[in-house]
Order: sequence, then C-alpha cells, then structure tokens
Amino acid sequence: MRYLHEYRQRESIEKIQTEISRITTRPWTIMEVCGGQTHAIVKYGLETFLPEQVELVHGPGCPVCVTPLGIIDRAISIAARRGVIFCSFGDMLRVPGSERDLLAVKAVGGDIRIVYSPLDAVALAEDNPDREVVFFAIGFETTAPANAMAAYLARKKGLRNFSLLVSHFLVPPAIEAICSTTDNRVQGFLAAGHVCAVMGYEQYPPLARRHRVPIVVTGFEPLDILEGVLMCLSQLEQGSCRVENQYARAVDRRGNAPAQEMVKQVFEIADQHWRGVGHIGHSGLRLNPGFADFDAEKRFAPPHTPRMDDSGCISGQIMRGLKKPCDCPHFGRRCRPEQPLGAPMVSSEGACAAYYRYNRQVTTDER
Amino acid sequence: MNVECPLTTNTGTVVRLGHGSGGVMSQQLLRECVFPHFDNAWTKQEHDGARIPMPKGQVVFTTDSFVITPLFFPGGDIGKLAVYGTVNDLAMCGARPEYLSCSLILEEGLPFATLDRVIESMARAASETGVQFVTGDTKVVERGKGDGLYINTAGIGTMACPDAIEPRQIRPGDRIILSGDIGRHGVAVMAKREGLCFDSPLQSDCAPLHGAVRSLLDAGITPHCLRDLTRGGLATALVELAETARKEILVHEADIPVGDAVQGACEMLGLDPLYVANEGRFIAFIRPEEVDRALSILSRDPVGSGSRIIGKVGEGDCHQVILRNSLGCERLLYRLPGEQLPRIC
Repeated sequence: MRYLHEYRQRESIEKIQTEISRITTRPWTIMEVCGGQTHAIVKYGLETFLPEQVELVHGPGCPVCVTPLGIIDRAISIAARRGVIFCSFGDMLRVPGSERDLLAVKAVGGDIRIVYSPLDAVALAEDNPDREVVFFAIGFETTAPANAMAAYLARKKGLRNFSLLVSHFLVPPAIEAICSTTDNRVQGFLAAGHVCAVMGYEQYPPLARRHRVPIVVTGFEPLDILEGVLMCLSQLEQGSCRVENQYARAVDRRGNAPAQEMVKQVFEIADQHWRGVGHIGHSGLRLNPGFADFDAEKRFAPPHTPRMDDSGCISGQIMRGLKKPCDCPHFGRRCRPEQPLGAPMVSSEGACAAYYRYNRQVTTDER
Repeated sequence: MNVECPLTTNTGTVVRLGHGSGGVMSQQLLRECVFPHFDNAWTKQEHDGARIPMPKGQVVFTTDSFVITPLFFPGGDIGKLAVYGTVNDLAMCGARPEYLSCSLILEEGLPFATLDRVIESMARAASETGVQFVTGDTKVVERGKGDGLYINTAGIGTMACPDAIEPRQIRPGDRIILSGDIGRHGVAVMAKREGLCFDSPLQSDCAPLHGAVRSLLDAGITPHCLRDLTRGGLATALVELAETARKEILVHEADIPVGDAVQGACEMLGLDPLYVANEGRFIAFIRPEEVDRALSILSRDPVGSGSRIIGKVGEGDCHQVILRNSLGCERLLYRLPGEQLPRIC
C-alpha cells in the first residue's frame, strides 16, 4: 500500500541504521513526543536498530494519558445523568476515574456513544432535540480544529442541546516545561508530525535556541522515526540546535491556516493541568466567551471534588523521560490493560500499553 | 424459493408480543413466515423435537448465537452468518454438516419484511451448504429489549474422517495455512454501522468453509487442527490454539495478507487487522510433507484461493505466539483485554 510499505522496508531501515551507528560517538537521550510514535517504536522494535548509546524516552503526547483525573470524574458524573447522550472517542472509555470508568457507567445504563468525529455528536444533537448531547472534547492540536468545528456548527445551527466538555492540551508548552526542569535528561526532541501538520513549526525555533535542543518534526512510520533520530543525532553530534522537518510530505512551516483559524474562533489559550505531569501555564485550550453557552461544565456544573491521584502510577516520570514503563513496580503486575492503575496502560497511545502489548519477552531460543 | 410472508397483510407489518405467546399468533407466524422457507419432513411434523437418523461412528454437535448491528451489511446478513457460522464450526471439527436448529429471538416492532429477508437468506444458505433446519423456537421480547433480531443455531454433523481434528493434535513442525486475506468482515460491518466510506466498496468475507475442508479430506489430507477466524481475529485464534495445544507458534507478519481497504481503515482508526473479525477465513495446521498439496487444493476452492503459509509450530513448549515483523523483529501476540477501540488522533 502506498505511503505505508515503502516506510516499513528492512533495506531502507538498515541504511539508516548504518548511518546512525557511523555518526554516533557518545550517549544521547532523545524524546519522541507523540504516543503514536512511541507505539510505532515499540511495535516495530525500532530500538533494536539503534546503538546502545542512544536512548529513546517517551513523551507526554498521549491525550488520554494527560487528561486530568478531575475532568474524567466530571465526565463520568455528566454521562451518568438521565437524559444525557455522552459522546466520546473510544479510547477515553476505559480510562479509570477515581471510582469507575465511562464503560462502567455505560454498563449500568448511561447512554454513552463512541463517535469517530465530533461532527457525529452534532448530528446526534440534531436528531435528538429532547436529549442533552455532550461531546468529550479532548486532545492536542490535532483534534482541536474538528472539536472547534463541532462547536462552531452547533452555534450556527442554533442547537441548544449540544455542549462540549473540554480538556485540550498544547504541545510546545509541554516541551518547554520538560526542558525547564532541573532533572531533565532529554537532549533532543522528535516533535509530533501530526500536531505540526495543523500548527506548523514556527513556534519551535525560539524553544530550540532557548534550551539548546535540536527539534526534528517527525512522522510515524518506522523509516520516518529512524530518519528523525538520525537527523536529531546528527545535530547533537555537531552541537547544533536547529528545527528540522523530517515529515515534509505532510508538514509545512506554517501548518494548516484554515484549521488554525477555526481553533482561534472557538477556543482561547488557558493554563492546564496535565495528569501525572502537573500544572503548565498556557498549555491548554478552553472555549472562549463567545462559545460559553456550549460549555458542559457551565451547563451541568458537575462537582469539582479534588482527588489525589494516589494509584501508584508513575506516568508523570515516564512522560518526562525520567523512567521507562518497565521501571514501574506495578507494570504487568497490579497494572494491566484489563485493570489499569493509570491511563498510559489503557490508551492506544500510552507508553505502558505499548510496552505491555509489544515488548514482553520472547522466552525461547528456537526459531 | 421466494416466499413472501403473508402476515404483513393479516396482522400489521411488524412483530408483536402476541407472536411469542405460544397461541394462535405464534402458530400463524411459524406457518406463514418460517415453515415455508424451512420446508422438510421434520418441520412438517410440527413436534417438540426432530427424530433424525444417525450414522454409525461419531457425530459433532455445536452451537452459536448471532447478534450483530446492522442486520444487513455488505456481503452478508445475520441469517447467512447464522448458517455459515455453525456450518463452519462443524467443518472445523472435520464434520460434514447435516442438521441445524434455529432459535429466533425477535424484538417487538421488527418489520416482517426484515424477518422475511433474514429467514429467506437462512434458507438459501442452508440449501447452499446442504444442511436441513429440523427444529427451532421463536420468542418475542418487548421493544427496546432486543436489537431487532437475535438468532441461535445449533448444528449436528457426521465425522468425515477417522482421526480427530483438534488443538491437541497440533505437532511441532506443522505448517500453518491461512485461507485468505483478513479483516474484511469486521471492517465492512464497522463501516456500515458507523457510516464510514471507502473509495473501493468493502465486502464481508462471510462464507461457508465446509467445501474447502471437504476437498482436503477427500484428497487424504487430515489437518491436525482447523480453526475458523471469527471475533478476535487471527491473533486471538492463534493464541487460543497455542495455549490449548501447549505449543509455540511462529508466524511471519509479511506473509499475512491484508487488503488495501482493510489496511487503510485500520491505519486510520488505529486498529490492528490481526484482531479484526472474519467470517469466512480459517487456519489449517498441516504436516510439512503435505503442505504443498494442501495449498494447491485450497487454492482451487473459492474460499481458499488466497491461501498462504503464514508460519509453523515450533519445538518449544512455551505456548506463545511469536510474530516476526517485516523488519525482522519479534513480538508476542496476546488476547486483547476487551474490544479494540478506535484511537483519538
């Protein structure tokens, strides 16, 4: 299949592997930001193509993983109400709240629907005028335009029974936060290609200069990722800290202007709490005052009960590149996909889920 | 046969609770909607059970229930699935499918036109596969308590070979043949249910497999084990067999055929085609010395034309499934914790 197979061929991968080995002279730690990249790395065993000196650590780019416990509890509270149709991307349903997850609410009668697009939720609101339809609008810059479009269309159609529960995150402030910590180990970044397809990468050069880190906008296929690593290593070895674009077939410097405009019309920048990581200033989006009527938090006023995230999950340290999933004492023991302690074990973009699914030991010598 | 259900003119156009009461309406439903399609000596008896002749030797008995939304999808419908599903289970045990039962659970309000289409499809599938519906049951549940229509079929078949075909017969060195490309049923049904569109129309692989199995047996090839790939897909079937047989299974990802439409949909939605449902594919564990002949026989059958060797049974007893990818790296396959859920971005 075009755009897939040519990026998954052993011969091309081995060429990059040879080049990486040739230029690497000392240990380096590189973070891939996006959970989709983490999954590709673990699924395809890409670390086996790297010299021992090169370590990949896994960043906070898993939207399900960073959505705060409090908002999941509020989602559960709204979804359990009579008369509400609660729409969510499938991945969110298994994420544990303080006491239960959305699937548990569905099992006892909550009307929870998996949608593939936020516009499906708008259509549901049109088709069910006597029901309140709430869309769980989560994610990064990738989902923000479509989520914004849902609010925009709902207002245009005059839908009074549609609202969004918003928990949106922005990637560059998270990279800034990781670089600013005193215990930071990350020396170079693979930026998330799809985020940059929407936003471009003009925000990155000041960040790269300020923290003296190379940033390579990188795609998601095995060849993309190893090429991104090679470009990043090449800069590290030369002592440079530029922004480069490995994923030029999908990303240009300015990104997708109409998508950015839609986001601007509906959302405004706000501080955000990242589950496991903590508070990061100006790292989120919320509905702007023009769309306040579509804010599910205002419409339903779900209880804000501060809860300690005391499950024992070390996702924060994993997402800052300080630890790997197998460093967690609960990994594969108390914490498994069917009974997760934290979101990274649930999400299809979570690092722990990737390690659990793809990286357990093959325990035989026979082939 | 094209028999239109006359109840549509007599008692309205939809199933009502009274059709499950056991009274006059139930009898009318059976006589006018069901029996005309399942016309044979046993249904004519209208008795509580069917007295059927049994050959000497062993019989195979199986059952399966069918719940699916939507009831009709590209390449099939619930009626066809209900026949092929049970026929395939019998075939996987090495049996020649002979008799089926049919239990219908109807939701109040189901249009008779829908019921009629489904029963007609079941009758056509039964005729195609050479099985007879000899007994059955009908119940009606209140509106909102069913999904239109559920079907259970049980099946009896007679063993078509002297040796058992089952997981415990799997031996080290067996080659594993997959009968065609995977994932078409799951993606076709999901696309229809969720209104997803593809450039090229995608059809379910829903098909009866008894003919392909029969061809192998007739040629004197008795597979050590057969397994049809249903929910959970190829990966789950391999894991189940590795665990039951307590054997190690090695498969090569590059040899597993996945069509472009399925691959594209899975890439877009974040699904793994190895875990997507099929309804007309199977794997066969074949002695290495017989594998070329088996491939050539299967390739001539319409449901096996895409047959490939995808791996083999290893010498180890660690009962794991090891997948080697196109880059030469290996990983283990597992059961999924629950349903595959589409990703966010």
